[in-house]
Amino acid sequence: MKRRSFLKAAPAIALAAPAIGAAPRDAAAQAAPTRNETLLLVQEYGPNSLDMQGIGSSQPVNGVALNCYDRLVRFKRKPFDDVTTSFDIKALEPELAESWQEASDGTSVTFKIRADARFHSGRSVTARDVKWSLDRAVSIGGFATTQMAAGSLEKAEQFVAVDDKTFRVDFLRRDKLTMPNLAVTIPFVFDSEKAIANSGGDVWAKDYLKNNICGGGAFKVEAWRPGTETIYSRFDDWKSGPLPKLRRIIARDIPSPSTRRALIERGDADISYGLPPKDFKDLVDAGRLKVSAVPVPNAIWYVALNAALPPFNNVKLRQAVAWAMPYEHILQGSLFGRGVPMWGGPSTPAELKWPVPFPYSTNIERARALMAESGVAPFSTTLLYDAGSGTIGEPMAVLIKEALAPLGITIELNKIPGANFRGELNKKTAPMVINRFGGWLDWPDYFFFWNYHGNNSIFNIPSYQNPAMDRLIDAARFAPDEASYDTNVRGFLELGMHDVPFVPIVQPYHDVAMQRTIGGYQFWPCREPDFRYLTKG
Amino acid sequence: MRGLLLRLAGSLPALVAVIIVTFVLTRVLPGDTATYFAGPTASAESIAQIRAELGLDRPLPEQFWSYVQALVHGDLGMSLTTGQPVLTDILARLPASAELTLCGLLIGMAIAIPLGIIAAVRQGSLADHACRVIVTAGVSLPVFFTGLLLVYVFYFLLGWSPAPLGRLDAFASPPPAVTGFYLIDAALIGDWETWRGAAAQLILPAVTLGLFALAPIARITRASMLAVLGAEFIRTARASGLSSRTLILTYALRNALLPVVTTLGMVFSFLLGANVLVEKVFAWPGIGSYAVEALIASDGAPVQGFVLTMAILYILLNLAIDLVNRALDPRARHT
Repeated sequence: MKRRSFLKAAPAIALAAPAIGAAPRDAAAQAAPTRNETLLLVQEYGPNSLDMQGIGSSQPVNGVALNCYDRLVRFKRKPFDDVTTSFDIKALEPELAESWQEASDGTSVTFKIRADARFHSGRSVTARDVKWSLDRAVSIGGFATTQMAAGSLEKAEQFVAVDDKTFRVDFLRRDKLTMPNLAVTIPFVFDSEKAIANSGGDVWAKDYLKNNICGGGAFKVEAWRPGTETIYSRFDDWKSGPLPKLRRIIARDIPSPSTRRALIERGDADISYGLPPKDFKDLVDAGRLKVSAVPVPNAIWYVALNAALPPFNNVKLRQAVAWAMPYEHILQGSLFGRGVPMWGGPSTPAELKWPVPFPYSTNIERARALMAESGVAPFSTTLLYDAGSGTIGEPMAVLIKEALAPLGITIELNKIPGANFRGELNKKTAPMVINRFGGWLDWPDYFFFWNYHGNNSIFNIPSYQNPAMDRLIDAARFAPDEASYDTNVRGFLELGMHDVPFVPIVQPYHDVAMQRTIGGYQFWPCREPDFRYLTKG
Repeated sequence: MRGLLLRLAGSLPALVAVIIVTFVLTRVLPGDTATYFAGPTASAESIAQIRAELGLDRPLPEQFWSYVQALVHGDLGMSLTTGQPVLTDILARLPASAELTLCGLLIGMAIAIPLGIIAAVRQGSLADHACRVIVTAGVSLPVFFTGLLLVYVFYFLLGWSPAPLGRLDAFASPPPAVTGFYLIDAALIGDWETWRGAAAQLILPAVTLGLFALAPIARITRASMLAVLGAEFIRTARASGLSSRTLILTYALRNALLPVVTTLGMVFSFLLGANVLVEKVFAWPGIGSYAVEALIASDGAPVQGFVLTMAILYILLNLAIDLVNRALDPRARHT
């Protein structure tokens, strides 16, 4: 190891020292990246495509979109703690667009694209490329189209290339999520000429873009071996932000969490993504590594109670369950303390945000009283959880089973393999489900729209239907002013607390472990690592 | 030669059965591929769209017909978990599994066969008991446990072994592919640094597998040696004054090897399928972990491709074992 790193470093020293006549920047550009400019990241699994807009793309593909493509805008970065930089979801900063202006009548926004922005191919970025890319996102179907629609970006006619460097988005309706939705990983910009030239007749060049990077982001993909590794190298001509310090990133897929932990603890890996909470707790306690821990915005672990079917269609019974939950035991025993408590709050929400602690806590006397009031006789039921979340879901399920037994509720545990889990949820018949949800766009009404609304999306796992709730959610989503927004948010939060179709447990942390030499860790809604700001050494 | 062709023809029905069974199994097993890949915020329309794209909305016989048609053209379908054609994936991953399994088997053989011989020759001795202990330990320790233990001791504590990052260190590049076996490919171009790197990565997982393979090989060697050593021709040979070395290694061993070779074939195919856990622990990009990942995602094409590949391998392997048996035992040539 040492010998090899010396050999790698030697040419760089040799080139940098006699820099007579050559500009230092040139010398650096020619030398192979040194170990200090190369980052080794280990993760459970890597991307299954290079095209985040494509159908069936897995979570890590967000990282490809983030690092290899630009969007018009990105969220404004703000310090979180001494390890992590986070973001302000309500403020944007330029990426590919150098400036933008909302129309005075509030029906559109016009972006000015950076004059010097270029694709990896060397061609200048034009408004036509932006239009093609956004047209693609709203037309291709699947997740990309759903996500775009979440911000009222639904039709290709909304996107107008005014001239080479001017691009306009026409609003369908007044929606506070439209602008932030342009900064998530989906609406990124392709080199449309190159994509069309290689499309092989497919209107959205799906096959080509799945296997090739065709844009102008800060990194290119140097090699991609699905299931093994992805190697990124810097695009030295990137103009949409400060030039990244890292020149090469090797992202290896290491399925076993124990192996990932050994690699980071021995110092062979620079960053480890996705370790079980137990390992993170140990790493934090040991204190030898840097750990970035951000409560995942908008996200909670919860137990859903089927409000449409007996016996949980009885609100007193649901409240009884909420008072019987072993909250603290779950936080310690299944998440090893890696989360923010979502219980023991005041009876009305302390803050108008999501998630917010519910007024319940572990109080078996109150649970028994409510159980008696509900008039429900002791019964048996089933608790579903995803086998994929086994290390967290399994102990949580066992603790819940034990805690509800004194109420006369006998629980049978049903662990569902990942592939079947969504299918089971879609049936809408499961009485109790352990699950986790968080939206990218961190607004309370966004969470409530997906989870509590009567349109009964797959995430409304309790199949909760309440016209009063729907009115409050809809009114908050398109509220004309701050005051009416606040009233409606307070309204649906209180209703959610009273009716408890979801019993929130904790807000999980997003944990990342890294060596002490690594700096500039940036957390985004998509949770994937952003190599553009990372530093080493 | 003719016998060989007949044998090959005889395995065709098995192959057809495998194709039908895997097809039906992947369709009948619970799990909805379309829902899984539609992603977290999928609407009913987008799920339907994916189902149509994958052809999962068509009747089963029609799906089977298009599957067989593609198969004839060497097309095993697309993997949704890696986004690549299954054939490409398997071709890229099979050498990794085969190299690991072969090395594991060689290590197992190198220890188990001498161990079995000694145990048989000195029956009831300390060596025999030691053999029994080692064999029992080897078979009763689950491979992922042995693997993690070896990683913990030799990588984490002692630092002797390189980081378990897969087939090569992250900063090294693989040799140009000829056979796909890194040890052979690196040796072919004389790149000894890469060869050493690949070998260093290979040792721990291969030893893990070798330990697991010990038991059947050592037990069969011992049992079959015991049977042969008790045979009359050995008594005759001993009475004729042959040295015990010639007796054991030339006469007894050659006869005792027949069942051992048959067992080796079984152990090899067994290891190839069963090294999934070793591949996980050592981040080895083999086909075992590939198939399991696909199974978890109810991604049918890779699973079918995997089973089919294994079936073909198994048939070829049995053929090879027959050939070796013929070479070892003249009697087998006339049956």
